[in-house]
Amino acid sequence: MKVSVNDLHKAFENRTRLGIMSALAVNDTLDFNSLKELLDVTDGNLASHIKTLEKEGFIGIKKSFIDNKPNTKYHITQEGKVAFEEHLNVLEAIINSQK
Amino acid sequence: MSREQDYNQDLAEIRSMMERSSKFLSLSGLSGVLAGLYALTGAYIAYYIYDFDPGSANSSAVESDIILLTFLVLVLAIGSAVLLSYKKAHKKGERVWNSASKRLLGIVGIPLSAGAVFSLILFYAGSIGLIPSVTLIFYGIALYSAGRLTFNELSVLGLLQIALGLNAAYFIEHSLLLWALGFGVAHIIYGIYIHIRHER
Repeated sequence: MKVSVNDLHKAFENRTRLGIMSALAVNDTLDFNSLKELLDVTDGNLASHIKTLEKEGFIGIKKSFIDNKPNTKYHITQEGKVAFEEHLNVLEAIINSQK
Repeated sequence: MSREQDYNQDLAEIRSMMERSSKFLSLSGLSGVLAGLYALTGAYIAYYIYDFDPGSANSSAVESDIILLTFLVLVLAIGSAVLLSYKKAHKKGERVWNSASKRLLGIVGIPLSAGAVFSLILFYAGSIGLIPSVTLIFYGIALYSAGRLTFNELSVLGLLQIALGLNAAYFIEHSLLLWALGFGVAHIIYGIYIHIRHER
């Protein structure tokens, strides 16, 4: 199989978005603050990357209230899981072909 | 630009993020050593000073003192674990109270609570000889499941505690010694191993 960097999904070019997907791939759900701490980014920065991934349909959002305070939890969608795994496969193939 | 991106670096960061977000790696190894020392001291005091031996029927111990001693060991061990893990997380620039540690507490909380209640029931029913075994087994089950969420070595420690606990149930006359081996010696060896392997 011939692979090229064009096979890499554009949504995953950014390190922060890649980080969000990695964290959500191994956690059922994570809230905004947990993601923020893990990635060490600003609120605005994180929110914009989340919006991008949400538009792609890769992550889902569940809003609820804890003690009357809004709490937003994010999770990876089936579509996101498939795309992320595909991305990992392509990364691996590129690295192997460079050897 | 994207062509020159280091894809190896991408993969390394993905791997690190997956581990950091799902595992609590700030669990301090040194606190394991301390917990072991408290347990050994507690077992020593119980046996030599209070003449308490759960394996023998005619134990002369003052039961309320033994309960107090057990709680003291427990509080000291948990206190050191929380404090040293807090310091370790702080040094790494991480929070102690994150999604991984919350899940870890949930997983160990259930078997430990069940074990604690079971031990109290045994105590009031007069089956004191089985308590060392029960605490070892339930603690072992908790550690075995916790291993997935922190250092994998914790699962091995859990299996060891379960094995010691089962032995303690069969050889009741040696149950205090087996308890000291599990909560004391095994903790110390595990703690030193984690410290050398992951903390230096």
